[in-house]
Amino acid sequence: MEKFVLTPPDGPPSDVERIKRESNYLRGTLKETMEDRITAGIPEDDNRLMKFHGSYLQDDRDLRAERQKQKLEPAYQFMIRVRTPGGVATPEQWLAMDELARTYANGTLKLTTRQAFQFHGVLKWNMKKTLQAINEALLTTLAACGDVNRNVMCNPNPYQSEVHAEVYEWAKKLSDYLLPQTRAYYEIWLDEEKVAGTPEVEQEPIYGPLYLPRKFKIGIAVPPSNDVDVFSQDLGFIAIVEHGKLTGFNVAIGGGMGMTHGDRTTYPQLAKVIGFCKPEQVIDVAEKIVTIQRDYGNRSVRKHARFKYTIDRLGLDAVKTELERRLGWNLEEARPYYFEHNGDRYGWVEGVNGTWHFTLFVEGGRVKDTDDYPLMTGLREIAKVHTGDFRLTANQNLVIANVPSEKKEEIDTLIKQYKLTDGKHYSALRRNSLACVALPTCGLAMAEAERYLPTLIDKIEEIVEENGLRDEEITIRMTGCPNGCARHVLGEIAFIGKSVGKYNMYLGAAFDGSRLGKLYRENIGEKEILSELRTLLSRYAKERLRGERFGDFVIRAGVVKETTDGMNFHD
Amino acid sequence: MLPFQVTNSPFNEEQVELLNRLWPTLNSAQKLWLSGYLAATESVGALQQEASATKEVTVLYGSQTGNAQKLAEKVGETLKHRGFHVTVSSMLDFKPNELKKINTLLLVVSTYGEGEPPDNALSFYEFLHSKRAPKLDHLRFSVLALGDTSYEHFCKTGKDFDKRLEELGGKRLYERVDCDVDYEEKAAKWLEGVLGELDKQGAISVATTSSAQAKPTTIYSRKHPFQAEVLENINLNGRGSNKETRHIELSLEGSGLVFEPGDALGVFPKNDPELVDAMIEKMKWNPDILVSIEEKEEPLREALLSRLEITVLTEQLLQAFATFSGDPDFHALLSSEQEAKRKEYMKGRDVLDVLCDFGSWEMTPQQFVSSLRKLQPRFYSIASSLLAYPDEVHITVGAVRYEAHGRLRKGVCSTFCAERLHIGDKLPVFVHQNPNFKLPKDTHTPIIMIGPGTGVAPFRAFMQEREAIGAKGKSWLFFGDQHFVTDFLYQTEWQTWLKNGVLTKMDVAFSRDTKEKVYVQHRMIEQSKELFRWLEEGAAVYVCGDKQRMARDVHETLIHIIAKEGKMTSERAEAYVADMQKQKRYQRDVY
Repeated sequence: MEKFVLTPPDGPPSDVERIKRESNYLRGTLKETMEDRITAGIPEDDNRLMKFHGSYLQDDRDLRAERQKQKLEPAYQFMIRVRTPGGVATPEQWLAMDELARTYANGTLKLTTRQAFQFHGVLKWNMKKTLQAINEALLTTLAACGDVNRNVMCNPNPYQSEVHAEVYEWAKKLSDYLLPQTRAYYEIWLDEEKVAGTPEVEQEPIYGPLYLPRKFKIGIAVPPSNDVDVFSQDLGFIAIVEHGKLTGFNVAIGGGMGMTHGDRTTYPQLAKVIGFCKPEQVIDVAEKIVTIQRDYGNRSVRKHARFKYTIDRLGLDAVKTELERRLGWNLEEARPYYFEHNGDRYGWVEGVNGTWHFTLFVEGGRVKDTDDYPLMTGLREIAKVHTGDFRLTANQNLVIANVPSEKKEEIDTLIKQYKLTDGKHYSALRRNSLACVALPTCGLAMAEAERYLPTLIDKIEEIVEENGLRDEEITIRMTGCPNGCARHVLGEIAFIGKSVGKYNMYLGAAFDGSRLGKLYRENIGEKEILSELRTLLSRYAKERLRGERFGDFVIRAGVVKETTDGMNFHD
Repeated sequence: MLPFQVTNSPFNEEQVELLNRLWPTLNSAQKLWLSGYLAATESVGALQQEASATKEVTVLYGSQTGNAQKLAEKVGETLKHRGFHVTVSSMLDFKPNELKKINTLLLVVSTYGEGEPPDNALSFYEFLHSKRAPKLDHLRFSVLALGDTSYEHFCKTGKDFDKRLEELGGKRLYERVDCDVDYEEKAAKWLEGVLGELDKQGAISVATTSSAQAKPTTIYSRKHPFQAEVLENINLNGRGSNKETRHIELSLEGSGLVFEPGDALGVFPKNDPELVDAMIEKMKWNPDILVSIEEKEEPLREALLSRLEITVLTEQLLQAFATFSGDPDFHALLSSEQEAKRKEYMKGRDVLDVLCDFGSWEMTPQQFVSSLRKLQPRFYSIASSLLAYPDEVHITVGAVRYEAHGRLRKGVCSTFCAERLHIGDKLPVFVHQNPNFKLPKDTHTPIIMIGPGTGVAPFRAFMQEREAIGAKGKSWLFFGDQHFVTDFLYQTEWQTWLKNGVLTKMDVAFSRDTKEKVYVQHRMIEQSKELFRWLEEGAAVYVCGDKQRMARDVHETLIHIIAKEGKMTSERAEAYVADMQKQKRYQRDVY
């Protein structure tokens, strides 16, 4: 065991810590409660553990009040998140996910902001069958949620495809290396028998029996694209490519978006670059960072448990020193890098070795069929003939990647046949939009997001058109609560739900994801949102400097103060 | 611990000084002992003062994020230390009828969204704001409202409760306090104020609300049904269900009607106006023309709506109609040789069919109505216990609708309840006793209840009754329907009874959730060993619901289980069941 050289936080452990401690390495009573036929739900304690298995219990909140009156329990259903490191899936895997969505889930697939697949609306009795099918497709849901390292993100950028494969390999290795070792997942869902002779006491060499104090996120960016929002990660790696070769990664630590309304001790924070490491050192760096958070993270108050608070409490230098002590070697000086944007680039792009990539705009990351847009069917037909791979982007879009030139026409015909869109006919604003799931399934949501942002953008687009800003890229993000699944305050225009129809509005984030926004208006509805944007966008159209981004403009124009650090986010 | 000060404590300067010297020297065990000691001596004193007074306080919370719940629990703890008997509960788990029985009520409630009550306060909020809300003259109350001033409707739910409780006759024990997001300090002040008032006023004894109800002068019966006000009428089936099952709550206040679990309620429905109008239209009659029924005159349309049976064909009816039709086909159908064909014709057809299928009618409205039978009451197994819901009766009504002979057919009473019976309406009812479906006299006797679909209704009454009398016997319910998500009738109530042990065991079968259909009898077989053990322990078995298939299948399954687990021939197993029947340990209410 490491000796503590810094001060760990005090205070009694939170209830979730008790649940983890008593769970016998994430088992709890899940096996029994999943078989209880009287309820489609599971008890709260088991639901906490369920997250580590990549799923949690939700209910259709649209129906909650109605069903309560009907003496029916909430319309319980499970969300299932599939771990796809770097968002890469084979066509076979795509077809498997597509079929599961239509067999056991609500007929749609959600591509998440962390490049994972998400199913919604899976009933308890179908959980085991669904998880088994996911595993048969050589994917897993283990540790897709919970107090562990989550899906590792990685830039799917087709422009730098020569290093993508290499960077992706590191993302996968990181993801695999940091998976929990418990057999609980295999016993509960995959009917694995306890192997005779296995030690009675299980080992979690990295996590220990209590796992981490809170979730932990890793992402790798390849400049000039910061699509993964590398500064929003607990641990971010910035690929350094010199003369077409990957020489290593800058290491950034301590990002995180979540906060609590009305609690100024909670705040979003951006990761800070502390040095550079060689490619083969990333696993070592990640492991030691994770163990520092394991040992020093706040296990008493969950809303203060993310790594960013650990760093702000102990000091960045102290954490770096502790890291190097645990590594036994020092990080090199950080290398120069340059980010241009954090969005996606749409349409066909030629990669190396004569391969092609098509980035498809998927509004809200929701893959489904509607009467006038058969997106899900179109992608299924493409997956049937595609020989490359699919890449889920950090902006909820999809890359049909590695299409050999001789296959390009066939794929393109299907794209046209199903009218799959690169979003070119949309405003640049819509193409740079991001929304979390929110209502009706997310238990945390206070307001709409995915279901509402498209219609709000319809109305903002009128203002955009009036001001001749149709092709001006501005990032716009909306979440139903302050936890930040859609990395809200990194949007140049950001909305965080406060209650049904009411949002806090934030402005002033940087287009390349390097600066947080600032609260501009509190608790406003659509009418006020539109009138504020009418004024601001018309000013921007008239007063902006050449090439000036909207997020930079509002600061120069004094609309909001610049947020220079998460710690002065609320000032 | 903050130091004691003269300004924020009830102590004088010298006491404060002594306390501040003593306090830091105490360890936690000593502090705990002291607080217990002080509380105990305090309550002993209080008890002596008001020896006969009860000190019961009910604390209810409505909480979205858990803050109100935590606060309510803290309030409960503090009151307990002060010697009060405290019940802390979410508004959702609290039975609104209990309001009549309690005298001191504290509410801790937050406001959600655009001034809405939190999810678990919704039903209580609606109850209090509905016509069913009881007079609360005996009640004193105080409200702690949680909110957020950055919202437009600050503390609205708390304010609403405060106002409504007063409107219902409650006396405000202590003024409502509205808290912003940093609620701790204000909440503490409120509690202090409430405690002060409780001490000052002393806890009052329960006001007995048995305000010597005026004995009803009429004895209500099938002949003189009671006009029961509809208190609630909800569809128990969730969205997307193939079924519609109405849960109807009726007021019996002032009726003097009593019943026991297992009894049935007779209900007089009204006919479908569309059907009535179609007949009048077909015959080109004037709907307002007066007809006489039992020497009383009323307009034709009204008579057809509420006095006469128009959906059931009988032999007598057809024969009566024969006089008024010159249609040879109709007379042919009525000939004695055509009995089989006639029976077939009568199946699933109604009076309108006869009027349409045959012609040459020479019939006056009076002749028509005189041929018809009087409208018969429909019977429903009662789904409530008077002990749990005094002055109320609940029924569970499955709406019957099906397509036959080119027209959508509707069950008279069930679709009347589903489509045209509103809260506040009056429904003519009477009690029909069923001595052959009764709980065991010995409350220790285990019971096994088998009731798929609406057959589950009487078992809700059974559970309410067993809960109210604190019956010790085990209980086991088998329920089934089409889909778990939409058709689990009274699901949350069974869950609560399972949790608090009133219901020992429950097995469910949802036939359309799986490839192979599963019914209650399959669940019985899965559990055959234990089921037989219960029978050997003397359990009484109750079956309610569909007669044609379910009751028969369950009966055969029961014999099969007894034969298998008791290792006996099927003849002996049948004798075993017959014996149970004799001992009234196998009772059925099937239809």
